[in-house]
Amino acid sequence: MTPILEVQHVRKSFGGVVANDDVSLAVPAGKIYGLIGPNGSGKTTLFNSIVGQHPVDGGSIRFAGREITTLRVPQIARLGLLRTFQQTRIYRGMTCLQNMLISVPPAGLGWRSVYLRPSAAEERKAEDLLQFVGLHAKRHLPGGDLSFGQQKLLEFAMALMSQPKMLLLDEPTAGINPTLINGLLERLRQANRDFGITLLVIEHNMRVIMQLAEYIYCLAHGELLAEGKPEEVQKDQRVLDAYLGAT
Amino acid sequence: MENLRLLFAAPSLSLQLLLDGVLIGAIFALAAYGMALVWGVMGLINVAQGELVMLGGYAAYFLYRAGIHPLLGVPVAAILLFILGWALYRVVVFRVVDKDLFISILATYGLSILLQQLANGLFGANVRTAESGFGTLVLLDGAVTISEIKLVAFAAALLAGAALIVFLKRSRMGQAIRATSQNARAARVMGIDTDRVYAWTFGLNAAICGASGALVAMTWIVHPYLGLPYTVRSFMIVILAGLGNVFGVLAAALGLGVAENFAGFVLGAEYQAAFIFGLLVVILVWRRFSLARQRRYLT
Amino acid sequence: MKLPAPRELLIPAVILAFGLLAPVLAPSYRGQMAFLWVMIVFALTWDLLGGQMGYNSFGNILFFGVGMYACVVVQRDLHLGYYAALFLGMGVGALLAVTVGALIGSGLLGLRGHYFAIGTLGIGIAAGELASGWDFVGGGGGMVPPLFPGAVGGRETFFYYLSFALAVVTFPVLRFLYAGRFGLAINAIRDDEDKAEAMGLRTTRYKTTAWCVSAFFLGLMGGVVGNLVGFIDPREVAFAGSTFGVWMVLMAILGGKGTLWGPVLGAAIFHVTKELFWTYLLGWQRVALGLLIVVIVVFFPRGILGWARERWPERFGQRVDEPASEAGR
Ligand SMILES: Nc1ncnc2c1ncn2[C@@H]1O[C@H](COP(=O)(O)OP(=O)(O)O)[C@@H](O)[C@H]1O
Ligand SMILES: [Mg+2]
Repeated sequence: MTPILEVQHVRKSFGGVVANDDVSLAVPAGKIYGLIGPNGSGKTTLFNSIVGQHPVDGGSIRFAGREITTLRVPQIARLGLLRTFQQTRIYRGMTCLQNMLISVPPAGLGWRSVYLRPSAAEERKAEDLLQFVGLHAKRHLPGGDLSFGQQKLLEFAMALMSQPKMLLLDEPTAGINPTLINGLLERLRQANRDFGITLLVIEHNMRVIMQLAEYIYCLAHGELLAEGKPEEVQKDQRVLDAYLGAT
Repeated sequence: MENLRLLFAAPSLSLQLLLDGVLIGAIFALAAYGMALVWGVMGLINVAQGELVMLGGYAAYFLYRAGIHPLLGVPVAAILLFILGWALYRVVVFRVVDKDLFISILATYGLSILLQQLANGLFGANVRTAESGFGTLVLLDGAVTISEIKLVAFAAALLAGAALIVFLKRSRMGQAIRATSQNARAARVMGIDTDRVYAWTFGLNAAICGASGALVAMTWIVHPYLGLPYTVRSFMIVILAGLGNVFGVLAAALGLGVAENFAGFVLGAEYQAAFIFGLLVVILVWRRFSLARQRRYLT
Repeated sequence: MKLPAPRELLIPAVILAFGLLAPVLAPSYRGQMAFLWVMIVFALTWDLLGGQMGYNSFGNILFFGVGMYACVVVQRDLHLGYYAALFLGMGVGALLAVTVGALIGSGLLGLRGHYFAIGTLGIGIAAGELASGWDFVGGGGGMVPPLFPGAVGGRETFFYYLSFALAVVTFPVLRFLYAGRFGLAINAIRDDEDKAEAMGLRTTRYKTTAWCVSAFFLGLMGGVVGNLVGFIDPREVAFAGSTFGVWMVLMAILGGKGTLWGPVLGAAIFHVTKELFWTYLLGWQRVALGLLIVVIVVFFPRGILGWARERWPERFGQRVDEPASEAGR
């Protein structure tokens, strides 16, 4: 199977700190893959490099058969590669429903259609997705009034609204009430299964990622330390050392 | 464009403009360094920067009228402005330090209008000078002339800047200021009273502006409306040099002084203000595009 | 299309009636009342950028001045009838303002936050300085628009209705823009532009459009005000950054930036207060203005409607649905 996302030998340093060193990975279309590693190992930096947040120092990134190494954030997003943020970013002054309505696929915001009101179909879809993540009752509240965990859910729903081909999720369960994590994981699987969205998930929590991903890459100190099926990675001594050494 | 040809015909004229530009630039550097200090430590862009310069100029002028030599007026103006800066912080600025940037810009813009119009109402719109009584140096058989006061002001500006830097490096308050600029929260945890640090920072900024204004008053003129160009100059210099880079500030300031002098000569004095404000826009837009190429923003 | 409820039409109807009848009821105040509508357009067009999009511009006055100069130049140089020249001039002014907006937009609107604010401050002043050095438009001495052909006093009435008409058109156009996806897009840019980009929004396009809409109405208004005042000074009338330019910002903030009616309310309050008390300040008006800015910004940055929205969020449609209605779905 040809990978939808292909990262080859990517390097990125900030001044003296090498955040990513010769990282290569590939994610096949339609799968859920995981990216793990101790804090500061360069996971978020890799996401930022992929989506065009900053230039990379070397290597190449391909998405859906296209070279995207030098494209910028909005262009890459319009190709159907979206990301969520570790610190969670939503439009705080707008209601949840408005947050959803402006997250329609960018192709729907053309020269003329942008001046129209959102269509009834879009409103229905927005409400359905809010229902899907359990925020329907709060749809008329400003996003900034939600709790951190709810904002994460809203951000996830916004990403779904945009119908991406692939979604990069940066620690989707961090800050979410532990009793709700299983429900969230089920929704991630549903998004993958029902909407056909390829997922690459950064996760700090080993237990969670083992349940979710079918293949896992592990970063440590900016380098790719190990990769493989969850049960393989779980047993890998280097991964265990990295985690134990870091915490 | 006639003047442009003149420049090529008479190289000594270029030398004259260059010298004048360098000498004026040191005075710009003072106000710019103050702006960088406040920006770096308090995260605030002070639009009233130029008005502090203007008030320093008036302080020197009135001291001169009272019989005090303008050079002595420089430290006195600095002290007076320190007090004013401290007071401004205690009354207004502390309320906007942690607010979003636009609030602080607008509030200090309001202060700038307030101070400018107060000066206009109290001192009148007339142009004033604090006569220093220095002569003029004639070089290269009269091809280049330098008024001694500009040389003295240049030296005094460097001295004032050096004094501020030594204060920041050596004194306890200076260390607290630098600690706060690196991480205000950590500084608070370590027991530094950041509110006091901010008051000092704003006061020191006003003082350095005051010194700069006093030098302006004795080298050129003061009037109530000279503030905004100084604010804009400081802003440009800081953008070019970055925060916390003393030599960058000095280099950018001298460069700006030279550029302004040449532009004033070539375009004519009536376009000098347009040049300053236009240059600001050009620099900003150039920075933006050069950063955008690296997928970055001016932040 | 759903028709608005009668209650929603009440306020606009009262305002329209007031606007139409005002010159008849109080003929000696036509000039001041014309400026009320000018102020409303100022505040509305500023809020489109500053309030709705989060781009706090100090340079919108640029478009006003460009429109004013273009209009009066057309009136001076094209030998047409008075009204033909005036309307053509206003049109040219608006187009030129939009062109300028589009040209500098891509550069300036890429600046964020304080860089944008100070960059626009620079461009407004630079324009005034350029105009006062340019002899074609009268240099520092400014320009005088042609004489109004009608009866004595007809000029005020005519330009009163013209500025009234402009305000009456501006408001629904902005309302229409805010109601569509465009409004959501610029709100998104205001709340988190990085997120908007990460979601693939064409932020530059929307920002430039908003800036050009603002430029269009300000350009038209420039022509009107140039003729209403009867004299163009480059720094004090056309590119009057330290009066009109700041008032725009202040009025929008006072009324509540980012709300539809806030700028209208802020402009009305500011203008009426100013007209009532200005003359008592005996030359200290601008000191008072500086003080007013500081006080409003420091103590009341949300403005009247912003405050009301915080106090009564439900009235502004922010609510949690009852579980009952939830179950009904
Ligand atoms: N913008 C940046 N500037 C400087 N250093 C950075 C920046 N972003 C990340 N880093 C550094 O890169 C390293 C990796 O960080 P990050 O990618 O956030 O790790 P993770 O997401 O795995 O916890 C860290 O040492 C961090 O300090
Ligand atoms: Mg991270």
